Amino acid sequence: MTAWTVNNVWLIPAAPLAASFVILSLANSRRKSAAALAVIGQVAALTLSIFAFATTLQAPGYRAFHNFTWFTFGENALRIGWVLDPLAAAMLVMIALVGLCIFIFSIGYMAEDKDFTRFFAYLSFFSAAMLGVVIANSLLLLFVCWELVGLASYLLIGFWIHKPSAAAAAKKAFITTRIGDMGFFLGILWLYSGSGTLLFYDNGRGCLESAGLLALGASATFVALLIFCGAVGKSGQFPLHVWLPDAMEGPTPVSALIHAATMVAAGVFLVARVYPLFSFGAIDGVTPSLTVVVSIGVITALMASLIALAQFDIKRILAYSTVSQLGLMMVSLGVGGVAAGMMHLIAHGFFKALLFLGAGSVIHGTHHEHDIRKMGGLRSLMPVTFLTFAIGMMNLSGVPFFFSGGWTKEEILHATARWPTSRLPHYLMFAGVVLTALYMTRQMIYVFFGNRRPASEQLHSYLNGETPHFGVALLIQPILFVSLAFVAAGIGLGFVVYRHAGLQDRHRAAETDPFESAQPILFRFLGNKMWLDELYANTVIAFSKLAARISDWMDRNVWDGLVRALGGLGQLLGIFTTNFDERGINTGVDETTAGTRGLGRVMSGWHSGQIQTYLGAVAVGMLALLILYAWLT
Amino acid sequence: MTPALHLFLIVSAALFCIGLLAALSRRHAIFILIGIEMMLAAANLNFIAFWRFGPQPQPPTGVMVAIFSIAIAAAEAAVGLALVIAVYRHYRTTNVDQLNRLKG
Repeated sequence: MTAWTVNNVWLIPAAPLAASFVILSLANSRRKSAAALAVIGQVAALTLSIFAFATTLQAPGYRAFHNFTWFTFGENALRIGWVLDPLAAAMLVMIALVGLCIFIFSIGYMAEDKDFTRFFAYLSFFSAAMLGVVIANSLLLLFVCWELVGLASYLLIGFWIHKPSAAAAAKKAFITTRIGDMGFFLGILWLYSGSGTLLFYDNGRGCLESAGLLALGASATFVALLIFCGAVGKSGQFPLHVWLPDAMEGPTPVSALIHAATMVAAGVFLVARVYPLFSFGAIDGVTPSLTVVVSIGVITALMASLIALAQFDIKRILAYSTVSQLGLMMVSLGVGGVAAGMMHLIAHGFFKALLFLGAGSVIHGTHHEHDIRKMGGLRSLMPVTFLTFAIGMMNLSGVPFFFSGGWTKEEILHATARWPTSRLPHYLMFAGVVLTALYMTRQMIYVFFGNRRPASEQLHSYLNGETPHFGVALLIQPILFVSLAFVAAGIGLGFVVYRHAGLQDRHRAAETDPFESAQPILFRFLGNKMWLDELYANTVIAFSKLAARISDWMDRNVWDGLVRALGGLGQLLGIFTTNFDERGINTGVDETTAGTRGLGRVMSGWHSGQIQTYLGAVAVGMLALLILYAWLT
Repeated sequence: MTPALHLFLIVSAALFCIGLLAALSRRHAIFILIGIEMMLAAANLNFIAFWRFGPQPQPPTGVMVAIFSIAIAAAEAAVGLALVIAVYRHYRTTNVDQLNRLKG
């Protein structure tokens, strides 16, 4: 059973992949078959994932892999394979389970869409690619699946291709993540030239095992940082986070599946997967590359939670929340809390998907209204959504005891407290936790409490695609109580500040945010996403434009002249050659041809076609020969 | 008048000239074939005559060649007649003046 599971782990991504291809070949009208196939593929993947997960529970530190040769060039054989260990197994179950819930949710959410079948084909394709990333035992295979995930994300963000904003968001997501992937690819090349293998585990010869790491030596830091570039792009870390909020242009199930639960977690997973590269040569658990990870994570987490505080789009708030939680995970990995970070990743995958599905339910119910200022009082209109959203919100805010988020955040804070370099990340992450509670309370009050505002009034019946909550109790740690106090403070503050927002006049949208009236400048700063997009437009893009203009000038004036001079020389030579051709060779050939033609015309005149003429000629010729003979003898 | 070689040669040459004239002047394909057969007969007559008046005794080489030639002439006549029939079926004529598809 165990051996069978390990040798057939590839079936897990293969099932949704097959479903995807079959759905693609279906006609557009076969909506039921498409949904059924996608769900069946996902159920198969989930079943196999649970088998795989059960296998890894057999022994602590269980790890099994299966490698094979993909192709050979010269003397080098390129080997790929898959690996099954607790890290992969936990991710497999999470992705398959969250994916299944979202697939089922999508059946209702996308019911009126004309490209229903295409949507499910893309979803299945995404699921397959993501599962592929998780089981890959080769950095190359991981990279291939990683890019397929990027492609699926591009297709799904831009699913409503008729909306220019969706098309632009898809392009932005694709290009921004590609910048990170460029670094990732360079890291792969460096790793291959350094260690001679891209396999993670290969009986002691893999690049994450002692021999491979020793071969890399000091360059492991740079390889790790380059690989981290890929993670930064995919997981929406500062400074490449700009694509993630825009990606909310896609359908809400897509936001839940890709931009909350699975794909953005791929970056965190990647860091966890190649963790030996990061921690190689660590002194007291600290390496330069891990310090970079911590710094990026802290910046991202704080910045995103501040921005989330000043957003009015229900999905954008969640998107920035995702960015900040991913930052938190990165911090956790960086300070050495790999288990805590992965635990938070899994928990976050579930509850953020829950929140997004709740938001999807709200958006669906209010006729595609995204602005939380126009909602309000939805608690009584959508009690089930309210309940599940509240559970998700409490998870995200880190309410302890009954919600997984509280336990995992506590673990992460505990890990940061033990980081030997500095206590700063610890305190900053506390601030981040408080901010999280604050902006989630703000959102809750805007959407579900207070008077009903315009969008709530026209609420129509909403679908029943509610998902159950996934609270998982784990461990108790002493800092728990401190975090409880902080969370309570955050929620309390949010309630006090935003209580009024919820109670505004029922027939007009909430015009001003309490925070906005108190700190208008700061609010505008945050509301405009710290003007990071504009900053990029004025720096990176402006620089590119300047470079383009310089290149243009160089092209026009320097290179162009050079090219023209060369071209002139070529032309001169061409004229000479042409003349030689025309006058010398061509004329000669022409004359020969004319001569041959003339001769041919004369000769053809002799061919009368009269057989007796020919015979006569033969006779005359014979006679002539005879006479010649007689005369000679 | 004792038979002498030159008499045979005169007959043979006359026969050849008649055959050649027939082959060159007649318009009918069958007559052309007949002319060719006459030229062949003149050639055979020469073979026999030269053999008969050559040094004696000798192996019957001339006769053998003549018999051989007659056999080939028979085959050639068969092919020729078959060609004439085929040409007739195709062009509905055996007039060689009209069979000028080889005209350049």
